[in-house]
Amino acid sequence: MTVEGFFERLRTEGRIVIVGASLAGLTAAETLRAEGFTGSLTMIGDEPYEPYDRPPLSKAVLLGKASPHRTDLPRRRELDADWRLGVAAAGLDLGARRVRLADGDEVEYDRLLIATGVRARPWPNETEAQLDGVFVLRTRDDAVALHRRLGAAPRRVFVIGAGFTGSEIASACRYQDLAVTVAERANAPLVGALGGVVGAVAAELQRENGVDLRTGVTVTALEGDTSGRVRAAHLSDGGVVETDVVVVSLGATRNTEWLTGSGLGAGPRGVACDAGCRAFDFRGIVTDDVFVAGDVARSPHPLFNYQFLSLEHWGNAVSQAEVAAHNMISPSADRRPHIWVPAFWSSQFGVNIKSVGVPTMGDQIMITQGSLAERRFVGAYGYQGRVIAAVSFDNTRWLQFYQQLIETAAPFPLEYSTVDRRPEGRRPIPADFPDPSLPTHGPTVTLSGYSPVDRRLVFTPARH
Amino acid sequence: MTHASLLRRITDYSSRADPYPLYEELRRTPVLHEEDGGPYAVSSYWDILSLLHDPRISSDAGNLAAAGSDELGEAEETGLPPSFIRLDPPEHDRLRRIANRPFGPPHSPHRIDAMRDDLTEIVSGLIDGFGDAKRIDLVDRFAYPFPVTVICRLLGVPREDQPRFRAWVDPIVAGLDPDPGGHDEERLRAAQEARVQLGMYLAGLVEQRRKEPREDMLSRLATDRGPDGLMTTMEVLTTAVLLLIAGHETTVNLITNGMLTLLRHPEFLRALREDPGLSVGIVEELLRYEPPVQFIPRRTCIADIELRGVTIPKGSRIWLVLAAGNRDPERFTDPDRFDPYRRDIQHLGFGSGIHICFGAPLARLETQIALAELAGRLDNPRLVDDPPPYRQNAVLRGPRHLSVAFDSVRP
Repeated sequence: MTVEGFFERLRTEGRIVIVGASLAGLTAAETLRAEGFTGSLTMIGDEPYEPYDRPPLSKAVLLGKASPHRTDLPRRRELDADWRLGVAAAGLDLGARRVRLADGDEVEYDRLLIATGVRARPWPNETEAQLDGVFVLRTRDDAVALHRRLGAAPRRVFVIGAGFTGSEIASACRYQDLAVTVAERANAPLVGALGGVVGAVAAELQRENGVDLRTGVTVTALEGDTSGRVRAAHLSDGGVVETDVVVVSLGATRNTEWLTGSGLGAGPRGVACDAGCRAFDFRGIVTDDVFVAGDVARSPHPLFNYQFLSLEHWGNAVSQAEVAAHNMISPSADRRPHIWVPAFWSSQFGVNIKSVGVPTMGDQIMITQGSLAERRFVGAYGYQGRVIAAVSFDNTRWLQFYQQLIETAAPFPLEYSTVDRRPEGRRPIPADFPDPSLPTHGPTVTLSGYSPVDRRLVFTPARH
Repeated sequence: MTHASLLRRITDYSSRADPYPLYEELRRTPVLHEEDGGPYAVSSYWDILSLLHDPRISSDAGNLAAAGSDELGEAEETGLPPSFIRLDPPEHDRLRRIANRPFGPPHSPHRIDAMRDDLTEIVSGLIDGFGDAKRIDLVDRFAYPFPVTVICRLLGVPREDQPRFRAWVDPIVAGLDPDPGGHDEERLRAAQEARVQLGMYLAGLVEQRRKEPREDMLSRLATDRGPDGLMTTMEVLTTAVLLLIAGHETTVNLITNGMLTLLRHPEFLRALREDPGLSVGIVEELLRYEPPVQFIPRRTCIADIELRGVTIPKGSRIWLVLAAGNRDPERFTDPDRFDPYRRDIQHLGFGSGIHICFGAPLARLETQIALAELAGRLDNPRLVDDPPPYRQNAVLRGPRHLSVAFDSVRP
């Protein structure tokens, strides 16, 4: 069969299976239909819900401004898909092109998209994690449960981890006038994602808003009462915090366990793929029929030294899914690369935070507009003499300029005048990222470059 | 004269009815600098968009004066400080934030939408007022009084004072025109004088509102103590002057340009009559196709900027020719076609970046309602003069009169 004939048949009669029915999965499905795919489409999702939006769960939903049941993602077109919701994928047979489901069923495909995303990293002590009142926040069910508990007027909420999600939860609690303690292993909130200079601003923001922020500490134990309800958290500095609600915000784990033994290049850091979203097998050979998109994907990025990046970013999930869907049904000459510039936003304590690029790669930061003291600023991150990222607090409208600087590998530091440049922004200072060997809640961008942590990982080829 | 410079031809009144061929010529030199001390005109969509977000570009009146702008320093001449449109951060941000508290989200998320019934009622009243006429000047009878009434109601300016301040607004707006024919000093003096008069008039109102606050924006601007504190009286005045003028001058042109465009494309006028919801797409496409603000003549660069191989030196004035960017074929397919069904309809009609049009939500809603009502109630409307007579202004471009004939007004 000719190549044209093959793709013609794939587009009209092919069988496409998408594992993961969230933002990336839905976007890919819609893109496939928009691009004229008329074959069979199967959507597999482990949650019982149709695709919903997650950002509101830690913001509007916790604030009581939106119902957790009303965050369904809008549909842009009729999908005509076979929905297999509430059942997880349990295995993959690359040779036979089959996905095995947790209920024992099997689904065959001509093209597979893996969009299984990430899940909240649970509290490592299982017994403590099961105490009543201990939550994570990732899914709609999590949000419903946590929202209900916060509505029951707890005496104090205890948040473990001051990354973006932890900080947003603390913000929502303070907004509802709940007492909240946040424990963070690093010296400030958001340090893993934005570094210590910006983290110090976030710390001040939390404290001014009445958060009992404990930094440089770890939680050693969660203590329950006789009826199995959490009642206190023990800290590494000897402190004990009495609490009724604990929210574990220790970052995310990639949902790749179901691929164990499949032969794909999948592991704790995600599923490796090329810039066209084609998955690699464990030998580093690119597959032709398995694609990856969203939080679970790890792909090389030319702007960032071809590092394999995993991005837990809303916009990335959309863009990568669109590229993956297009490439799934296109011959090689028509395929497109996914070279999205990472962009992330958060809203907490009334401040809009947004970043572009990969701040964690930056070793220096320069406050090019506004001021840290006023908590309205833009900071540009530098790496080896070029601009690698930028972050804004209540200054989003300027970020497009910085994105251009990143895209054009513009020189760092920024020597020229900019409006609202203050004396403090005339020279760069160390961005102050923590030693990567110290685990924190985890940033939303994961680099694959070697760190001391990586050396502890042992590579074990899958056996058949 | 063998060949007038392109920018002079653009500002020349004879080009007013159809400047688009000149914009096309302009885009052939994406960064045009014609004479020493003259502006650098930027005309492609992506370049304009990037400069609107470029922190090396200043809107500060002081930098403008230093760059040899034809504008006199507003503060010295009128005693009023520059409005936030003529300021850079952090002052711009502070004043705009305070002004936004009574106007939009997050503090007043429903302010504009709550005006919908009011707007519809004003529009119906104006159309009822056409009476038995078979022909009207749409500008005088409709496109001007509608937004003026709206902005006065929003700010809290008494309706009976409207004729008074039209006499002030006209010279102020004329003063915004970059080069209308050489009588600069006299024209600018008239503008400053009018600005002082308008400021003094508003000062009286602000004084009243301090004593007896109402629900209007003037009261809120004068008394609202948010996280940024109170505006000074001078800041309230200068903000009120800005909102009052920007709040209607542009909308008059948007509505008039809109009706003109629809009368030139009667198929869309019919479609709008059948589906008033089409007004949303029509207004967005109008903002691209016939934007009321054709270019932003008042930006200065405070550092050397390299653009398309041209170095624009620090201190230069820059014209951002929004209307040329809106029809850039690199950005829009078939850019000279008016197509309200266009899917990819982002435009530069409201600018972008920190100075993006403050009143955009109001302007959108006003124009949507105005055009939908006109389409629904005028029976067999026709254009009498094409092109109609235009106003002098090259920046705020629109017809001075728009004669529209029709068979009857439907109830």
